[in-house]
Amino acid sequence: MKYSYFPGCSLKGLGRAYEESLLPVMRHLGVELSELDDWNCCGATAYMSVDEEEACILAARNLAIANSNGGHDLLTPCSACYLVLNKTQHNMEDFPQVRAGVEKALASVNMSWKGKVKVRHPLDVLFHDIGVEAIRQKVTRPLKGLKVAPYYGCQLVRPYSTFDEAWNPVTMDRILEALGVEVLPFPLKTKCCGGSLTGTVPQAGLRLSYIILKEAVRRGADVIATICPLCQFNLDAYHSQIEKSWGAARIPTVYFTQLMGLAFGMSPRELGLQRNFVPMKPLAPVAW
Amino acid sequence: MIKVKRTIKYDADRVQGFGREIMGVTGCDQLPSCIQCGTCSGACPLSIYMDFSPRQVMALVRADFKREVLTSNTIWLCASCYACTVECPRQIRITDIIYALKQRAIKEGVYPRKMPIPILAREFTRMVVSKGRITETLLVMRLFLKANWKAVLSSWRLGLGLITTGRFVLKSEHIQRCGELATMLASTEVTATTAAKPTHRTSPKKLLAEESP
Repeated sequence: MKYSYFPGCSLKGLGRAYEESLLPVMRHLGVELSELDDWNCCGATAYMSVDEEEACILAARNLAIANSNGGHDLLTPCSACYLVLNKTQHNMEDFPQVRAGVEKALASVNMSWKGKVKVRHPLDVLFHDIGVEAIRQKVTRPLKGLKVAPYYGCQLVRPYSTFDEAWNPVTMDRILEALGVEVLPFPLKTKCCGGSLTGTVPQAGLRLSYIILKEAVRRGADVIATICPLCQFNLDAYHSQIEKSWGAARIPTVYFTQLMGLAFGMSPRELGLQRNFVPMKPLAPVAW
Repeated sequence: MIKVKRTIKYDADRVQGFGREIMGVTGCDQLPSCIQCGTCSGACPLSIYMDFSPRQVMALVRADFKREVLTSNTIWLCASCYACTVECPRQIRITDIIYALKQRAIKEGVYPRKMPIPILAREFTRMVVSKGRITETLLVMRLFLKANWKAVLSSWRLGLGLITTGRFVLKSEHIQRCGELATMLASTEVTATTAAKPTHRTSPKKLLAEESP
């Protein structure tokens, strides 16, 4: 199976552990990824706040490159990138004036819009293309006894996702179960982590992160599993500030791909687990 | 003398045509069908901090209260979680309407000076235009320097954590074909980077009443 791969800026920076775990896990499952040549920033929520037409142009350049990269489905692990690329595709189809602007911009550099490339999240690909059973068969070190709170955040499931549910998604739950972990019922799985407000308006943004952390602790989770680099950062990096403001809610937050890698027998270090602010406790059968 | 403050708006406060302009923005055309049910405000995780709730903002936009909407903290507190958009029984893309209002506020320079959120948006945009990619740690440092340099000092613990976990990136990421991206962005009529500087002088503290956490 072959996919184009759009890492996005976070996976090369603050969220590098996501890429460090995603790539070996996908390779282990026989998935071939080819990183887009000279991809640019998707624009995220910030560019959209300044100029929507330009934001669509940024995304369209990546989509056009993906199209000339064989037109394979585009694997997009970051939720913000996933949303913006999908939004641009929708805007291109729904609004002729957006399409005209984007086509003009692409033409100015001899590129063109050749239609849709399917933008897909690793959860979608793992669940629907590879399948839970194939994942289960690769597990050599079941993570028995590990209690996990599955946290999906906002922008993967809202508003454009078609592969899972907006409020109660389950694809990650099913994948994690295949690893042998105990997946806890977690009603806050799609509640906002605060996004960039954790940095800009901490009294409001960090509070949202705190609510999620506290609930995971209250339910007895050992670890929170996430699918988005910004969620991971918010839930992991601000514990000292959160503790000072509202009290301790110390629990590690890791990428679901890191848990997959552990269950496949990979070492914590090759999965980037040493990059956590709040480290995950060593599992009994795992040498750290 | 008793100081009084009017709590109800006068017709004279309206800016005729503003609502129509917003409804004309891509994705905002469903606004007229709002039934003021308040589902958006209930779904919004940040509405408890807002001066006008999302439902009120919808009504204010529709009724042309431009100044009130563009200077409200509501539009800047939206974290784009799309909870309101997914829940709206009238399929109004509320998040997109808030985006249109943010764009308008930045274009007209009516966001509060030194308020970190619009500054982040502006700095983010500048970095993308010049480099094609974002280097998060450099972006955050720029934000702190422009918005509140004292924050750099108080977040030393975070910075140290990023260094020890190997997540602190000082080398600027950039694409190879920067010129290509610049040409594409230049093909639009107004460039984001030429947006007006803020003129609205309300202090961020006043707009976003500081809450002791």
